[in-house]
Amino acid sequence: MKNMKPFTRGLVLMLLGHLVGYGVGLGLDTLVSGRMNFTASIAGFFSLVVGVALFFHGLVGYRTITRGIVWQILGTLGGALFVTGIRALMGLKTFGPPFLFTEPAWVFGGLAGVICFLLGHGVVDDWIRMARGLDVPEHRADAPGWEKFYSPSLDHKVIGVQYTITALVLLVVGGTFALIFRTELAASGLQFLTTDFKLFSQNGLQFYNTLMSLHGMIMIVSILLGIAGLMNYLVPLLIGAHDMAFPRLNAFSFWIAPPAAVLLLSSLVLGGFDTGWTGYPPLSAKAPLGMQMFFLGVFVAGWSSILGALNLIATVLRMRAKGMTAFRLPIFVWAAIATSIISLTATQLIGLSFQMVMFQRLFGMGFFDPAKGGSPVLFQHLFWFYSHPAVYVFILPGLGVVSELLPVFVRKPLFGYKWIAMSSLAIALVGFLVWAHHMFTSGMNEYLRVPFMYSTLLVAIPTGVKFFSWVATIWKGKISTPMPSAFLFVVGAIVVFLMGGLSGPPNATVSTDLHLHDTYWIVGHFHDTLFGGFVFPFFAALYYWFPKATGRRLNETLGRWHFWLMTPAFFTLSLGMMRIGLLGMRRRIADYDPLQGFDPTHLVLTIAAFAIALSVLIFIINLVVSLKRGEPAEGNIWNSRSPEWQVASPMPAHNYDTPFEVVGEPYDYGLPGSKYVEFAKK
Amino acid sequence: MRHFVIAGILVILAAILTYLGLDAIGLLPIPASAQAMSIDWLWNWEVITISFLFALIVVPLVYSLVVFRRKKGDTTDAEHIEGNTKLEIAWTIVPLFIVMAFAYMGAYSLAETRRADPQAMVVNVTATQWAWSFEYPDYGFSSKELRLPKDKQVLLRMESKDVIHSFWVPEFRVKQDIVPGRVTELRITPTVLTAPNVPFKVRCAELCGTSHYSMEEVVIVSEEADFVAWATEQQTLAAAAQTPEARGQQLVVANGCLGCHSIDGSALVGPTWLGVFGREEELSDGAIVVTDEAYITESILDPQAKIVAGYETQLMPVYTFTEEQLVDIIAYLKTLK
Repeated sequence: MKNMKPFTRGLVLMLLGHLVGYGVGLGLDTLVSGRMNFTASIAGFFSLVVGVALFFHGLVGYRTITRGIVWQILGTLGGALFVTGIRALMGLKTFGPPFLFTEPAWVFGGLAGVICFLLGHGVVDDWIRMARGLDVPEHRADAPGWEKFYSPSLDHKVIGVQYTITALVLLVVGGTFALIFRTELAASGLQFLTTDFKLFSQNGLQFYNTLMSLHGMIMIVSILLGIAGLMNYLVPLLIGAHDMAFPRLNAFSFWIAPPAAVLLLSSLVLGGFDTGWTGYPPLSAKAPLGMQMFFLGVFVAGWSSILGALNLIATVLRMRAKGMTAFRLPIFVWAAIATSIISLTATQLIGLSFQMVMFQRLFGMGFFDPAKGGSPVLFQHLFWFYSHPAVYVFILPGLGVVSELLPVFVRKPLFGYKWIAMSSLAIALVGFLVWAHHMFTSGMNEYLRVPFMYSTLLVAIPTGVKFFSWVATIWKGKISTPMPSAFLFVVGAIVVFLMGGLSGPPNATVSTDLHLHDTYWIVGHFHDTLFGGFVFPFFAALYYWFPKATGRRLNETLGRWHFWLMTPAFFTLSLGMMRIGLLGMRRRIADYDPLQGFDPTHLVLTIAAFAIALSVLIFIINLVVSLKRGEPAEGNIWNSRSPEWQVASPMPAHNYDTPFEVVGEPYDYGLPGSKYVEFAKK
Repeated sequence: MRHFVIAGILVILAAILTYLGLDAIGLLPIPASAQAMSIDWLWNWEVITISFLFALIVVPLVYSLVVFRRKKGDTTDAEHIEGNTKLEIAWTIVPLFIVMAFAYMGAYSLAETRRADPQAMVVNVTATQWAWSFEYPDYGFSSKELRLPKDKQVLLRMESKDVIHSFWVPEFRVKQDIVPGRVTELRITPTVLTAPNVPFKVRCAELCGTSHYSMEEVVIVSEEADFVAWATEQQTLAAAAQTPEARGQQLVVANGCLGCHSIDGSALVGPTWLGVFGREEELSDGAIVVTDEAYITESILDPQAKIVAGYETQLMPVYTFTEEQLVDIIAYLKTLK
């Protein structure tokens, strides 16, 4: 055991943990129900959490993240027992199948578990010391090697990598869920997720719905962490800051996400839920226990967004290099600001709407219960007030990456810099006024539909400005062949996002939306916007900045395989979805009417989904292999004007040894003798 | 200049080919209602615009990648062009007019779909997890399937008994959610007869729980004379249905029970009703019961009290019936052998 590599040791211990946890859970379940149920929720829950805890124990031993997860498990059980004790005193139901504890006990336990994770992990240690009047060092040296990534590091670059790796892990988890239900959809009729299928207190249909719903939210959290990773790593480097404005808050913003992810995943084993990621009541008011764990997980993850955005805005406002005026900011920073304005001010609304349903379930409050005078449509207003702007949170950083990388690769200035910068702000601000276009068929006030149609269509204008400016940037640009993988993904992002953009307006005009709403057309449309606005730019950014973070390049051959497999597969997937959606394929259904003739298309969609998964697998192999054996990246490998490429890779611990001053425009490629930044002499 | 001309010609060609291609494969199902006409009219204009904008972006992009790519041995940067304010203003203002035109067209076509005929025939729609029921108040009967006369506007007054559902027949285009606690309305004027054995289907479009996919029901459009003949027949049957068994069947259809309980022995989310009366069932706590009047009555009024083993995970909603209605339903269940 001692001689194994940490990762192998982690995997072995994880398997062991799954088995031990399963045994413990099965024993407890048998104790309370009196019957042996091999697919019991409790067995699944203990198997999940003990496995995860032992995995990290194998990696780093019993400290930091491992201690956090162990404390989270103990905190959850302790909290649940506390509530159960109170219930026993009040003469209410205490223990029972299928979830061992009652719903209020689980919800309180889940919340207590998150707090215990933070205490056990150590990310709030400094604040506790400060509160007790003890000294806290300004800088804390990071642990050597990999261990710093599991610790509460204060370095924005470490935190950026933590975010990015967590995002990739969740991307794989969410993608795996999609592959499972995509396989079920390959042919009409229920194949394996049937009513006879039993797992974690769910039959096959319920399990399908749980996977489909969790695919949505896990991918959303993955995207939020992915953009946070990019912004955390890049923004201080791009503006010449030595770190974020509030490093401890920064670490906290990241470390509240892992316990939230555990909560979200636990909803899979605790009965699941059948509402989709939107969680509309009254359906969500009567879904199984998994619904509550889902609501709580999203509520906690929201803190990460809000606090991260606050930190980023403060950093850009206060910590820019000398001479970096508003219109000399790197364009990615404009996108990050626009995104952060939304995250900071709108995330509260999804938290609120989910909290209200939680309280409706826990305390019988009638917010959305028509029998008590509540309104189901009110929930949709609150929910979409965040969840529409949220899609701009997902895409604006990606579009910023496209604008940032294009000039470097085509060796031309960014066409219409100010217009692109302002278009990001315009999208963010107009985005606040369009939420009800998700509700054109909902039965909300009829006359409101027309103003929301006008405001929604306005979003097309700043989006169009971006496209036209990108094309003008590329026009007459000198692109070297063979094209680097990073640039391939930039071009892919533009075309895929264009498909998403062009399939948008028909959903905005009310009458056509009456047909399109809640169909696979919409599913195809938003997969286009999220692949074009996040997935492709995210990969472009990883190919481009991986050498900055590690000092080694990613393999270009594998990169091209990744691109040329993923792109056609994705086009097949999204166009196929739109095609059958127009013909009458509804969203979120576990099975479809064979008479509609969609069987061949669904088979193709399933194959395309697996091809995308294979391409991502190639990328992950590339990541792992290049980390050790990649070609060393020395100096300014992309011949960029940006400050981070003027210094050594990997980036020094406190960024720039000597401060720089901005002396020119950021993207003046082709202007002889011009410079963006000048470093002070030592 | 030469490049602009070539790229411009290619844009126009690509736009035309894209539109013709999309038009040729046929994007939408047949339009089968008066409301579908104005929606398809707007959709067609949108496809034209999408085709043009797609070509306008993709053609210059690909053209640049191919024509302007770096020559071998060239290490210089490209031409220093920072932007063009007039161009930026143009591609802000022109799209503004285009989207405002579309918003106007959208409002116009929405108004067309909502044109109300005061003589419209009313059908009361009840949606439950996971079944539809259609009541014809002019005739006084309920039907499991929806039959409509051609070229006559129908006003659907829709209610839900549990969660949000949504009424959608793809061929009719229009869609409306059904919200618990209130009545929502939808107007449809069918214009196309359904072929024999190839009915349209109403498909619930708002996720309404685990069996959302199966919430589909047959929609038949017939000539008005045929419709009246069918409705009159149903009316007579309903009026004659004065036996407890027939009243029970009406109740079962109207309350959507058959969304979860089959009457032919096939597996749905609830136990089948084929031979349901008087059989022995194992309950989730291991006890054995005989499904007599008392057990069935309890299971309707308090579904969670005694659950048949294997069905614990699917909670049946609570229904309220009068004692007479319960007797009728049980009488109907006894006929299912």
